[in-house]
Amino acid sequence: MNSALESRKSPNKQPSSRGWTAAAPVLRLRELPVFIALSVLVIVTYLINPLFLSAQGVKDLLLNATIVMILAVGQTLLIITRNIDLSVGSILGLVAFGTGSIFAAMPDIPIIAVFVIGMAFGVVLGAVNGILVTVAKVPALVITLGTLYVFRGLNNAWAGGKQYFAGDRPDAFGALSVDTFLGFPIITLVAVVVVIAVALYMSGTRPGRDLYAIGSDPDAATAFGIKVSKRVLLAFLANGALAGLAGVLYASRFNSVGATTGTGMELTVIAAAVVGGVAIFGGSGSVTGAALGALLLTTITSSLTAVRVDKFWQQAIVGILILAAIIIDRVASLRTAKKLRISEARNV
Amino acid sequence: MSETTTPTNNAPAPAAAPTRRPSATPWRKTRAAKLLASRDAITIYALAVFLVYASISIPRFASPVTTGFLLLDVIPVLLIAMPMTLIIITGEIDLSVASIAGLTSATMGVLWAGGMDIWLVLAISLLVGVVCGIFNGFLIAVLGLPSLAVTIGTLALFRGLALVTIGDNAVANFPKSLTAFFTSKLGATGIPTVMIGVVVVIIFFGVLLHFTPFGRGLFGMGYSKEAAAFVGIKVARSKFWLYVASGAVSALAGIFWTLRYTSARSDNASGLELAVIAAVLLGGVSIFGGKGSIPGVLAGVLLIGSLNYALRLGRVSDVVLITVTGLLLILSVVAPSIGSAIRGWRHTRRAHHNAAQ
Repeated sequence: MNSALESRKSPNKQPSSRGWTAAAPVLRLRELPVFIALSVLVIVTYLINPLFLSAQGVKDLLLNATIVMILAVGQTLLIITRNIDLSVGSILGLVAFGTGSIFAAMPDIPIIAVFVIGMAFGVVLGAVNGILVTVAKVPALVITLGTLYVFRGLNNAWAGGKQYFAGDRPDAFGALSVDTFLGFPIITLVAVVVVIAVALYMSGTRPGRDLYAIGSDPDAATAFGIKVSKRVLLAFLANGALAGLAGVLYASRFNSVGATTGTGMELTVIAAAVVGGVAIFGGSGSVTGAALGALLLTTITSSLTAVRVDKFWQQAIVGILILAAIIIDRVASLRTAKKLRISEARNV
Repeated sequence: MSETTTPTNNAPAPAAAPTRRPSATPWRKTRAAKLLASRDAITIYALAVFLVYASISIPRFASPVTTGFLLLDVIPVLLIAMPMTLIIITGEIDLSVASIAGLTSATMGVLWAGGMDIWLVLAISLLVGVVCGIFNGFLIAVLGLPSLAVTIGTLALFRGLALVTIGDNAVANFPKSLTAFFTSKLGATGIPTVMIGVVVVIIFFGVLLHFTPFGRGLFGMGYSKEAAAFVGIKVARSKFWLYVASGAVSALAGIFWTLRYTSARSDNASGLELAVIAAVLLGGVSIFGGKGSIPGVLAGVLLIGSLNYALRLGRVSDVVLITVTGLLLILSVVAPSIGSAIRGWRHTRRAHHNAAQ
């Protein structure tokens, strides 16, 4: 009787657990929930208003997401190492206004040179953050809260009441955010290339994996021989370069740049990373997820307009999404912990 | 962000004490001496020095008009900084405070425009803040989610609800007697009348933090949540009540903001959360938790406020003001770490010296 029960039980159990194992790698992907949310959002909006996925509609969606996407990639590099950069909005503002100034001073400068200068400027600003954080050993949250104000003040001092408008810049530069290649806006392709390149770097190279190790346990990483300060400093430089790139693209995409450009952007960017499954205390998450998170957050605005819901709901929905993301993350990690306990218990 | 890459260097004072103990003279470590050289005491000295300097060298600074405008300007930051101090001391953070103030303001506007009695409007608005705080507290203390992530979410959520409540509208026709009261001064002193209420809030949080077992528990939680729970501190319950208090005080700040500027808008007080955190950290509270004091924070808020006011009197543009705030913040956190590095260097040199002998 007893053995019969057992024998009936075990074959029942095996296939179900095997089926679960086959699907597990996909189900475990941290990007999955945000990808599902994005798909549902797009499909439902499309069913209500087919114009949403017209060529122009898709182009607008991608254009809106581009800049937040690039910033979210940079922010992810830092959050994974248990750092954060609150000053990205100010960096973006400085570089965007710098781009306007360069074109005002030298209208004939090659566009590629402007990109190089903008990213170099971003690296310098990122280095200020990175050096303060790694040399003075002060938490990034505090340092970058300080540089958020300092960079914004510099931008104010530099720009004053002055603004540069789209007319001040060469047409070819503005065309970057108008023209498309295979249906994709050119600046979005730049963002996609950035996402893919950084994602490959993070998952396929030793320095990339080191960033995760640092975020999981800084002391263990140090003990293991990882140069924590150097890696963290490089992450800040990379984030600065990406914020610089975003600043130049901002100048191409939007009509005017001035003293207040990029104000308040830091929280949108961090929100995109959190929604995209990047754990706020480091160690896990991916740049692909963060980029999807950015796309999701910016798509909500267009969806609400397309289904004629009051635009005022947008920010509340963003808030709910962030909360949902961290609750899902919590549930998933509790489940993993439970599974680990069970498998460890078996080993004993 | 209770932990970052280098959790060892957050506490220069306790780290310095054991290194000194074997060699240094014992009288240096008396309680009073420690208190006089502590991080928050330095902010208080800086404030005192600056006030004396400004009163002497800046014309029109030492006047009741200054007192009045300066204090009115700092009240929202001062109010919210109180619960924020307690929260950061436990190693947590609340980024949603400004959004709660905005939601309170929007609620006030809609209810008053709807023709409700003003006292009922005020009571309901305060209640809205408390409910927001309960929501934060539930997610953080009961579900155990990270406070930084939760309050980034509720920062967006509460601001969004404010927008949903009042939209692009602004309500301005609040009762004249009430708005006049909120900008009135106590006779010739120039001190705003509402300051009495603010002082009550400050004393409440000061006593709570420094003179009750609850407050001592908060410091313990800032050092180690596990250890605090082990010695019988109710960690989750303490956290929950802190967020409720933060919501309530943020609502008070929202009400003050609305009546002072006679305008209920959804974007009132936006961005204030970062100003509050900057002032609290300047006041000597450690972002890792476990260290800080209400007098220090008071000095931090007033230092930023009076610096800004003095610069404005000197016709320095707003441009410099934010830069100064940022530089002060960076300096205040970098300086102690440089100081402890120098102490460490001197200590090792002395050790080498002794070894050579």
